[in-house]
Amino acid sequence: MSTIDPKPLPSEGLQPINSIVAEAPASPLPLNEEPLITTQEEERISIASNWTLVWWRFRKNVLAVISTVVLFILILIVLVPDFFATMDPEATNARLAFIPVQSVNWLDEGKIKPWVPGVEGKRDPVTLKMLWTTDDTQKTYVKFFGKGFSYSVLGLIESNIHLVSSVDPEKEGQIYLLGTDRLGRDQWSRLAFATQISMTIGMISVVVSVVLGLLLGGISGYFGGWIDNIIQRLIELLQSLPTIPIWLALTAALPRTWSPEKVFFAITIILALRGWTTLGREVRGRFLSLREEDFVLAAELGGASQGRIIIKHMIPTFTSHIIATSTLAIPVMIVTETSLSFLGLGMRPPAISWGVMLQEAQNIQTLALAPWLLFPGLIVIVAVLAFNLVGDGLRDAADPYSH
Amino acid sequence: MSRGIQTPEMKAENAAKTPLLEVRHLKKYFPIYKGMLRKLVNQVRAVDDVSFNVREGETLGLVGESGCGKTTVSRCILRAIEPSNGEILFREDNDQVTDLAKLDRAGLRRFRPQMQMIFQDPFGSLNPRMTIFEIISEPLYVNGMKSKTEREDHVSELLRLVGLRAEYMARYPHAFSGGQRQRIGIARALALNPRLVVADEPVSALDVSVQAQVLNLMLDLQQKLNLTYLFVAHDLSVVKHISDRVCVMYVGKIVEMAATAELFAVPRHPYTAALMMAVPVPDPSSRHIIQDLPGEVASPANPPSGCYFHPRCQYATEICSTKTPELREITPDHFVSCHRAEELNLAGIQETKGE
Amino acid sequence: MVTTTQNFKTAAGSLANEPLLKVEDLKAYFFMDEGTVRAVDGVSFEVQPGKVIGIVGESGCGKSVTMKAILQILEPGAKIVNGKVTLRSRIRHGDPNSPEELVELTKLGRNSRAMRRIRGAEIALIPQEPMAAFSPVHTVGNQIMETILLHQDVSKKEARQIAIDVFRAVGISMPEQRIDSFSWQLSGGLRQRAIIAMALSCNPRLLIADEPTTAIDVTTQAQILKLLRKLQEERQTSIIFITHDLGVIAQMADDVVVMYLGMVMEKGPVRKIFKDAKHPYTQALLRSIPSVQSQSRVKLPTIAGSIAHPFNRPKGCPFHPRCTHFMRGVCDVSQPTLTQVDDDHFVSCFLYAEAGKAVPVMEITR
Repeated sequence: MSTIDPKPLPSEGLQPINSIVAEAPASPLPLNEEPLITTQEEERISIASNWTLVWWRFRKNVLAVISTVVLFILILIVLVPDFFATMDPEATNARLAFIPVQSVNWLDEGKIKPWVPGVEGKRDPVTLKMLWTTDDTQKTYVKFFGKGFSYSVLGLIESNIHLVSSVDPEKEGQIYLLGTDRLGRDQWSRLAFATQISMTIGMISVVVSVVLGLLLGGISGYFGGWIDNIIQRLIELLQSLPTIPIWLALTAALPRTWSPEKVFFAITIILALRGWTTLGREVRGRFLSLREEDFVLAAELGGASQGRIIIKHMIPTFTSHIIATSTLAIPVMIVTETSLSFLGLGMRPPAISWGVMLQEAQNIQTLALAPWLLFPGLIVIVAVLAFNLVGDGLRDAADPYSH
Repeated sequence: MSRGIQTPEMKAENAAKTPLLEVRHLKKYFPIYKGMLRKLVNQVRAVDDVSFNVREGETLGLVGESGCGKTTVSRCILRAIEPSNGEILFREDNDQVTDLAKLDRAGLRRFRPQMQMIFQDPFGSLNPRMTIFEIISEPLYVNGMKSKTEREDHVSELLRLVGLRAEYMARYPHAFSGGQRQRIGIARALALNPRLVVADEPVSALDVSVQAQVLNLMLDLQQKLNLTYLFVAHDLSVVKHISDRVCVMYVGKIVEMAATAELFAVPRHPYTAALMMAVPVPDPSSRHIIQDLPGEVASPANPPSGCYFHPRCQYATEICSTKTPELREITPDHFVSCHRAEELNLAGIQETKGE
Repeated sequence: MVTTTQNFKTAAGSLANEPLLKVEDLKAYFFMDEGTVRAVDGVSFEVQPGKVIGIVGESGCGKSVTMKAILQILEPGAKIVNGKVTLRSRIRHGDPNSPEELVELTKLGRNSRAMRRIRGAEIALIPQEPMAAFSPVHTVGNQIMETILLHQDVSKKEARQIAIDVFRAVGISMPEQRIDSFSWQLSGGLRQRAIIAMALSCNPRLLIADEPTTAIDVTTQAQILKLLRKLQEERQTSIIFITHDLGVIAQMADDVVVMYLGMVMEKGPVRKIFKDAKHPYTQALLRSIPSVQSQSRVKLPTIAGSIAHPFNRPKGCPFHPRCTHFMRGVCDVSQPTLTQVDDDHFVSCFLYAEAGKAVPVMEITR
């Protein structure tokens, strides 16, 4: 059937048909004048799409909104870490090791003119420990969005603008906002690059999981039968493997000679290989229950093809859930990567990730002497919390029809 | 055959001659598997050899208690459930008869526009993520009406037809009440000019004060568009109200089938009579009529021997527990499946004339 | 008991004329992020001893919320904001000869000892969903015995005997065996009977049946209705019967309360409500329902529109946007109050407003 019966539908109003009307009471309103929607507000709600409703509910959740802002900043760091860095994260200078956190002063002689104090190191003759003292007369003035070393934004645009830089180009690289580590590398700059690596690993492995989960879960749920059986057994097998030993074994098996990029992708895949199973199950369950929904049957009776039913009716009903679930999966991946790297089994120097940075804070001595080395841990907590709060907020907002 | 307005006589004459749909020996068994090896241990005989026909322009009411198979029958006809056995013969406009039970997915698509469905749940049957326009126009689009303005015109006509304003098409289902959603569902069902509309409990999820609106609308539309309804419901009052003929089911079988007035006035099957007596009548002066039928509906997985109703039947004799009764025509157009149909004198329901 | 002595009036033996339960101007609101829902907004009725009172209404009319408010089992977010619920209470449970006292339920804390005693022992609830009412991991008998042990001073063995007795009383065959089954092993009808048995186990004087037959088939419904009638007559239990089914109300109730959007529209004896309804809503509702006794394929008179969402209840009389007798400037401005039209028949409609209120009274066509 490719065309519509051209016969017009009767279009006269709903007049009662006398032949079968026994008693028609005087109705104050014709049937099509139902005053269900009266105010503008209701009118606005009535034409609000699913995503608008999700947004309206999401924005009521203050914590989730704040976390979204935090995530936004983190993602900005992921995109252009160089912009946030003040110097080359790899630059080592043993003479500048363990510089403590510099405090930023906002006022200078009554005017707003931010500066950081200069630092001067003396070696304790007995312990041979570097003792850093701040010298308030040696002011390094800093400015925002000033010029610094050149970098390219996503390999596209060349730029040398930085969030924070020294006013005096001579003094470039003398700002240690978060101090330095054992090798005199600037923590602030390193943190920017670590954020890029760690967040990317988390997000990419979730993307891979989602693709695998959607594909395999969808096939499993929609087609059923033997293929469903195979996929389900595979999921059970993967889920029954003890995660930590498997991760340890797999990452330990990565050749030491691999470049950081290769290791990076290998870890992403390793994380995703198990990550998709939960999502796969969820997608399968959704497909199974959606197949029974009346509106899906209605579409089928209307003549819609299977592809159309899947794309127009089934997938849109659970996209918001998939997004919420994936958002909640990212922090798990981040924590896993961080733990593996912390144990020396994930990313390895010279690559920088949160876990790699935290390796520096492994012994109690360093901790006592340079507690600022724990700062990457704080960022991990912030990032994980932010993802979880946003994920929870999305999950709660995802189904506006539950109320 | 012309689909214009017919006089009642013409309609009756035509109807008697041309069934639009004929169901023959329809069976649907759901298997029950057990154990690791998925051994077939039993079958639920949801629909157990059901035959009936639906005549052009009439409303056939399919009534029964839960588990009687009425919904399964209706879904098998639409091939939303695969029947296990039997024929579903559908007569097209050009009098060509096709067995829907034998068609594959592709073959079925040609018949889809001619048979549509109205659902019970006004909330689950409309995709909450689509606007009313998208919902109603989808069948038009997938059947070849690609022009958006044409579809908009059609949808606004359909909305007006079911008593809603055309401006509502930009809205999402969540802006509507249950009764209005049901109207939208009806508009979608009518979008393709179907000849047969299967209505599965279309008013049972609605508020009492809204049910009458939807029933009236369905009566109206039937007149205007010469629709044929297969009306599935558990509520005898509603079925009586809308049907020309009524078919009573019990545990997967038809026990009685007759014209509405006849069935309610002179029921011939003890189950039909008991069912009618069990309906609470909204009249406090006839309280005595609550009579109870002992026991409960038999399980279709494990039905009793002989007549499935015999353990609950006060008229049951020896033969009822051994021999399964056939559905037979005992007076013209009155079919009963009871060994003792002729000898029993069962009480029906008297209509209260006027108010 | 000690803690609530102040709520008890001294028994004076003059309580015989008092209703068993009296609800006065009860208001229960839901406080939500989106706003306040006035679910029950000034409901008053009385339950006489040994009578069945039917509360009829459609979705959102507040019939179930009223019952939850009486039992003080409202969900969090909902609160009783006004009104008084008074119960003629027997203090010593299981001893029907002990003097009765008037207890104001609205003054008792929702988790107070006194309230907990009243729930189950004096007012029992038959819920709508029998599957949800029993835990699937305990036998039905154990759950009933638990209720009995909670309210009565009996041994476990005696409790079991009482449970078996009520099982028999509600017409469950082989009660000794059935009592040890789990709820999912029972058929729908038996489960409904078991629920009734549980409600009756402590000999309450008031049963609240919240749509007890909505989820079951019509032949089973007839059995259950008949059983409730029989038990009510034998035990002289009062029943508050909540339903949307006018047929069930006509068959079961002595008195009827018609509710719409949290308010009582009309109340009176069942015959008057069905034969001589005064409120336009009741009249329209009765006309619009199909009945097995009415003619086939005849268009039914309808009520236009749909029930307003409780969030935006219309101003004035809640029914006015759908009413055929709507009077502009009256019905949409102020709320009518319940007015006596006969000794036992009350209507909340401006058509019957008391003289002196300068409201035109119109002829009602029936």
